[in-house]
Amino acid sequence: MIEIKNLHKSFGSLRVLNGIDLHFSERGKISAVLGPNGSGKTTLIKCLLGMVLPDQGEILVGGQRIANRFDYRASVGYLPQIARFPENLRVGEVIALIKDIRGVETSEEALIRLFGLAPFLSKRLGALSGGTRQKVNLTLAFMYDSPLLILDEPTSGLDPVALIRLKDYIRAERDRGKTILITTHIIELVEELADEIIFLLEGNVYFRGSAQELKNRYATDDLERAIAAILDPASVPPAALPDWNCPTSEARMVPPGLAAKPI
Amino acid sequence: MRSRWTYFYFGFFLLFTFSLLFLLGDPGKVVLSLMQAVLMVSPLIATIFGVMYAYNSREFTELLLAQPISRTQLFWGQYLGLALSLSASLALGIGIPFLFYGIFRSAGIWNFSMLLVDGVVLSFLFSGLAYVIALHHENRVRGFGLAILVWLFFAVIYDGLLLLLLIGFSAYPLEYVALVGSIFNPIDLARILILLKLDISALMGYTGAVFQKFLGTGWGMGMSGLSLFVWLSLPIWWIQRMAARKDF
Repeated sequence: MIEIKNLHKSFGSLRVLNGIDLHFSERGKISAVLGPNGSGKTTLIKCLLGMVLPDQGEILVGGQRIANRFDYRASVGYLPQIARFPENLRVGEVIALIKDIRGVETSEEALIRLFGLAPFLSKRLGALSGGTRQKVNLTLAFMYDSPLLILDEPTSGLDPVALIRLKDYIRAERDRGKTILITTHIIELVEELADEIIFLLEGNVYFRGSAQELKNRYATDDLERAIAAILDPASVPPAALPDWNCPTSEARMVPPGLAAKPI
Repeated sequence: MRSRWTYFYFGFFLLFTFSLLFLLGDPGKVVLSLMQAVLMVSPLIATIFGVMYAYNSREFTELLLAQPISRTQLFWGQYLGLALSLSASLALGIGIPFLFYGIFRSAGIWNFSMLLVDGVVLSFLFSGLAYVIALHHENRVRGFGLAILVWLFFAVIYDGLLLLLLIGFSAYPLEYVALVGSIFNPIDLARILILLKLDISALMGYTGAVFQKFLGTGWGMGMSGLSLFVWLSLPIWWIQRMAARKDF
């Protein structure tokens, strides 16, 4: 469904994406895209959405190249990291605006009930709290029933009730066959929801596999520690470090910038 | 149109124009008095609104870019929404008092129309320039400062530099220098258009007199008008270019 081939992107002298190759062919899967700040997560997502123009490489969605096209975005639901809207618009108006742009049937009533947005539909967006704006953000991302969902920090600002409902909703969408990409720094969310982890490091795919595979590689039950070990091998005991000569199918053998440590 | 500042802008020109019409009575004199306000204030307000709008809507622009619409459609929609709302505020703020005073029965209707066209063109031009400056600069302070500097340059500094040049080389024939120099300032062009229409030679100064002398009123106005619309194509071209290349 999505193919990313040899993607390169630099901003000035800073190389952010360094030859990314990724394929998403399975439906009904939640992939968590992780990595330290500056690893290229957001740039990768923005290349997928056409918001950032890659220097090299290509992206195909549904078998077709996305370069210079915008129609493919009709099959994508996107949740931006920051929920900022025109402050003078009301909630109902911004939903109607996006519906008008898309021109397709939407299921916003169910989402408005799910997130308790009914009392806020006539309120100006500038008067809403951050959590309520995030709920509006989520409604706009989910209401089209898109086969591909890209969620950037979806739990930001949500209260515990909304958080539980969101997680249940994401699982339900996965079970309906949606392809879901999530970027987040919250490891608990990754463990609860993600079927696989794609870990980016210095513009490359360093690891792709399940959370259990990552934990096994670093001989730990704690996903947080496993990720910390990727970024700072000194933070884990030497015995827990992996054999760098045993790669997974899509991972580099030696992470750039880190020296290989013998077992 | 929801912004309260748009209504303040409309209210300012409404009150100002009504006051002038009440005090002076003659639409021709009021057009002349309004000219300076329109030529200074409308580009300044358009610049400030353009920058503020571009920066405030940046995150929402990212959401809109993820929708199935083209970048060109999106940027044009934002720019035209901004420019049209500013122009509408100006046109209504000036137009309503003149309508109330019976401008359609007066011989000054063409002068009034020229003032309106000038104000609208300058609103479109300076809001467009401010919009693309803000799109180009991530740093809000830098973008805002540069946009204000652009307004200040065309509103004040340029004429000062041209005047220094004319004084410094006053021993040489500088008519064409003055002529060409005015083409490179849209505010000067707008001012020349109105003054040529009003046919007030005493207020024209060196540049306007040169326009009248070499081109006659009709040709001078045509050339000024054409130059002003060429200026208007600058933000249009820039928006098209950014739509094709800008990373968000």
